[in-house]
Amino acid sequence: MDLSRRELLAAAGRFIVLSGAALEAFESPTGALAADSKYKMADHWWAMTIDIEKCIGSGNCVRACALENEVPEGFFRTWVERYEVNGEDREHPQVESPEGGIHGFPARNKPGVKSFFVPKLCNQCAHSPCVQVCPVGATYVSPDGVVLVDQQYCVGCGYCVQACPYGCRYLHPTKHVADKCTLCYHRITKGLTTACCEACPTGARRLADLKNPKDPVHEFLRVNAVQVLKPEMATGAKVFYKDLDGSVR
Amino acid sequence: MHAIPSGVQGFMYPNEVQLTWSVLIVLYPFITGLVAGAFILASLARVFHIVAVQPIYRLSLLTALAFLLVAPLPLQLHLGHPERSFEMYMTPHKTSAMAMFGFVYLWYLLVVLLLEIWLDYRRDIVLLARSRTGVMKWIYSALTLGSRNIDAKSLHVDDRVGWTVTLIGIPSAFLLHGYVGFIFGSIKANPWWSTPLMPVVFIFSAMVSGIAVVLLVYETVTYVRKRPIDMACLDTVAKYLLYIFLVDFSLEMLDLIHRMYEASESFRTLDFMVHTQLYVSQILLQIILGTLVPVSLLALVQVVKLRAILRRRIYALAAALTLIGIFAMRWNVVIGGQLFSKSFLGYTTYKMAFAAREGLLPAIALLILPFLFLWVLLKLLPPWAEQKAG
Repeated sequence: MDLSRRELLAAAGRFIVLSGAALEAFESPTGALAADSKYKMADHWWAMTIDIEKCIGSGNCVRACALENEVPEGFFRTWVERYEVNGEDREHPQVESPEGGIHGFPARNKPGVKSFFVPKLCNQCAHSPCVQVCPVGATYVSPDGVVLVDQQYCVGCGYCVQACPYGCRYLHPTKHVADKCTLCYHRITKGLTTACCEACPTGARRLADLKNPKDPVHEFLRVNAVQVLKPEMATGAKVFYKDLDGSVR
Repeated sequence: MHAIPSGVQGFMYPNEVQLTWSVLIVLYPFITGLVAGAFILASLARVFHIVAVQPIYRLSLLTALAFLLVAPLPLQLHLGHPERSFEMYMTPHKTSAMAMFGFVYLWYLLVVLLLEIWLDYRRDIVLLARSRTGVMKWIYSALTLGSRNIDAKSLHVDDRVGWTVTLIGIPSAFLLHGYVGFIFGSIKANPWWSTPLMPVVFIFSAMVSGIAVVLLVYETVTYVRKRPIDMACLDTVAKYLLYIFLVDFSLEMLDLIHRMYEASESFRTLDFMVHTQLYVSQILLQIILGTLVPVSLLALVQVVKLRAILRRRIYALAAALTLIGIFAMRWNVVIGGQLFSKSFLGYTTYKMAFAAREGLLPAIALLILPFLFLWVLLKLLPPWAEQKAG
C-alpha cells in the first residue's frame, strides 16, 4: 500500500487522537474503570443489604471477589465470619474466619450454642473515617456513594487502615497502596451487580441503590429489624444487616 | 485444615493480622518528642531567664536541630510510595491530621529552629568567617547569609528578634508534638489511642525525653572534652526533669485510672494485652524501669545530700532510663495499638524484620544518625561558653 507523506501524517494523527480518546474512555482520572456512558453518578447512592439468616457460609462471595478483583493472598475485600454465641456469655462469642471463609466452614453442631455467619465488607460509609484521615485525599467518596482509592495518588501511609473501625482496609503487598472493596465499581456502573452478590447462592447479599425508589432496599429497611456494624462509630455505614445479633462486632 | 494464622490468639479481622505501622512509626513520635523537649529546655534559658540552664542553651538548640533533621526520615522510609510524599505539601487534604505534618515540620524547622540558631550564632559565624581559611571560610561566609554587621546595635536587634522567635517557638514546640499526639488520639476506631489526653501526654513526655537527652549529651560531651561540668546547671536541669516527669506520670496514671474505672467495652481486651503482649514493654520497661526508677533516683537527689560525682552519675543513669521508658511508651502506643483486634476478640503479634526497609537495622541507623548530625553541628557551631566569649 502506497501512502503519501500527507496521508501517513494524517493517519498517524488520527491514530494518536483516537487511541488517546479510547484510553481516556477506558480509564477515568481516578484510576477506576470508566462508567457506562449512560450512567449518571448523581442518580445513585449505593449500599448493600445482608440477610444474616440466609448466609450459609459457602465462601462463594469471598472466592468471587478474590477472582474478580485480583485480591492479594492473605488479604480480603470481603470475608465471612462464623459466630458461635453461648446464651449465658454473650460478651465473649467464639468467632472464626479461616482464610476469610474462602473455603467455607466445616460443619459443626454445638448444642445450646447459637451459630450464624456474618459476611463483612467495606461499609461504604457516608461519613467515612478513612476518607477523613487520608493526608492527600487519595481516598474519597464518589458522588454515587462508594468509597474509592485513587491508587495513582495514594502515598501508602496506612493511616486509613488504622482509621477504619471495621478492618476492611489493607496495604496492597505489591502495589504498596491502600486497597479495599470498591463495591465492584467497574461492574455496578455498567448495570451489573457486585461479584459477591452475583455469586451468593442464597441471595443473602443484595446490592442496593438508595436513590432508586423502585429498589427493594426500601421495603427491606421498612419491614425488617435492620442494623449496621458498630453504630456507635457514627460513620454512616451503608451495609445494612437484617437480624444482626448484638454480639457481632 | 483451617489453621489460625501464626501469632494470632483469638479472633482478628483477617486484614488485621499483619501490623500496618512498624518500628519506624515508633521512632517518629520518639524523635519529634526529643526535638520538642530539647527546644523547650532551651527556652527556659532564653524566655524564662533561668540563668542556671544558660550553659546548655545552645547545646539544646543544636540537639533539637540534629533530631529534627532526622524526624521525617522514618515516615519517608515507611511510606509505600515515598516519591509521592510531596503531594502532602501540594494537595494536602484539609480534614487529615497527618496532612499537616509537612507544614508543622517546615514551620518548626525554618521559622523557629534554624532562625533562632542563626540569630544566636550570627556573631560567631561572622567572626569565624573572618578568622578561618579555605573551605571553612567559604562555609562560614555562606552561613552569614551576607549579614556581616556585628556592631552592638545589630547584635541587640538579633537578640530581640531571637527572643521573639523563641517566644513563638514554645507554642510551636507544643504544636509539633501535641499534633503528633493528635494523629493517634483522634482515631476513634482505636480505643487504645482515642483519648483527648493523648496530645497532652505526648507534650509532657516529649519534654521529659528532650530534657533527658540534652542532660545525657551534656554529660557525655563534657566528659569527652575533659572540661568541668557546671553542676548548678545539671542540678537545675535534673530538677526540671523530675517535676515534668511527675506531671507526665500523673497524666498517664489519670488516663489509666479513667480507663479502669470506666471499664468500657474495650477495657478487658486492653487490660489483658497490657498483662500479656505488652507486659515487658509497658509494665517493666515503661512504668517500672523507665518511670518509677528514674523518678525515685531524681527524687533521692532532692532529699539526700550527695557528692557531685555521685549526683552526676545518678543523673546520667536516670536520663538513660528515662529515654528507655519514653521509647517504650512510644512503642506501647504505636505497636500496642495494633496488637489487638478492633473486634476486641483477639490479639496478633508484631514480627519485626531485621535488615528490611522497616526493620530493626534501619531503626538503629535512624537513632544513631541524629548523633552524627549533632557531632557535625558541634564542630561547625561550637556551643561552648569559651568560644562564645572569644
